[in-house]
Amino acid sequence: MAENTFERVKKIIVEHLDVDPAEVTLEASVKDDLGADSLDVVDLIMQFEDEFGLEISDEEAEKISTVGDIVSYIEQKQQ
Amino acid sequence: MLAGKVAVVTGGSRGIGRAIAVTLAQAGADVAIFYAGNRQAAEETVGQIQAAGRKALALQVDVSNSEQVDAAFKEVLAAFDRIDILVNNAGITRDNLLMRMKEEDWDQVINTNLKGVFLCTKAVTRPMMKQRKGRIINISSVVGVAGNPGQANYVAAKAGVIGLTKTTAKELASRGITVNAIAPGFIETDMTAVLPEDLKRQMLDQIPLGRFGSVEDVAEAVKFLASDAAGYITGQTIHVDGGMVTA
Repeated sequence: MAENTFERVKKIIVEHLDVDPAEVTLEASVKDDLGADSLDVVDLIMQFEDEFGLEISDEEAEKISTVGDIVSYIEQKQQ
Repeated sequence: MLAGKVAVVTGGSRGIGRAIAVTLAQAGADVAIFYAGNRQAAEETVGQIQAAGRKALALQVDVSNSEQVDAAFKEVLAAFDRIDILVNNAGITRDNLLMRMKEEDWDQVINTNLKGVFLCTKAVTRPMMKQRKGRIINISSVVGVAGNPGQANYVAAKAGVIGLTKTTAKELASRGITVNAIAPGFIETDMTAVLPEDLKRQMLDQIPLGRFGSVEDVAEAVKFLASDAAGYITGQTIHVDGGMVTA
């Protein structure tokens, strides 16, 4: 399940930010390492919401920094 | 010109808003209108949209109330599935000289005319970002550019709308969403019908084109900004004022 979520998150990030899949690791910072600007982050959040059928509030979205944060947040929400 | 598009027009039951709603419908768009309280007027507008062969929806919304605004946009999305065009037109006046203006009159006008634009814009940002396309058109006023005695609250709100337009345009440009303002001059509506005759004559002298504007003059400009033809215009304020203010 963990890998599955990570792969789905990774796919969205690669497509949206046009980055090398190898760069999208759990430790990578969405902004600093993958080059997302603040609007990209909003955009990504919306796509994760659609992909995983959940809602991510603005407060929660602000806490997200790395790809790993996203994956663990989504998995925690889905339990 | 706008076939298959969905538009939301706030303050759409009467005056400029009704003309905008009907003009967009005649250009092919389905239209949802928000109205403050005049249900009968709203239903007349709905009738005119339907007469143009388009789908219509009228919702009673206080645009300064975020919960009502969010609920209304959800309803529009449920009914029409998308939102391509938002026209922030809802506005009120509570005129008085600054020294006599009540705090409450200031707050009401700022809340409806400025905060309302913020809340409605915020609500459509998400669907428009997903669509990678959208048109937001804010109705400001020439008095927001030039100032006008007796309207400190209204002028402050309308000037604020121009600043909000410029900022929103810059924030959303990369997602294919354009944001522009229209600054009408003296337009013949219920809102201006109550002004004294001598004041109207005075104002007429200041209009180079020598006539007051009609609601259709404003609606045509909105239709253009809403169309694909206006795709390279964003962050601008277009005056529809007969040449009254040339900034």
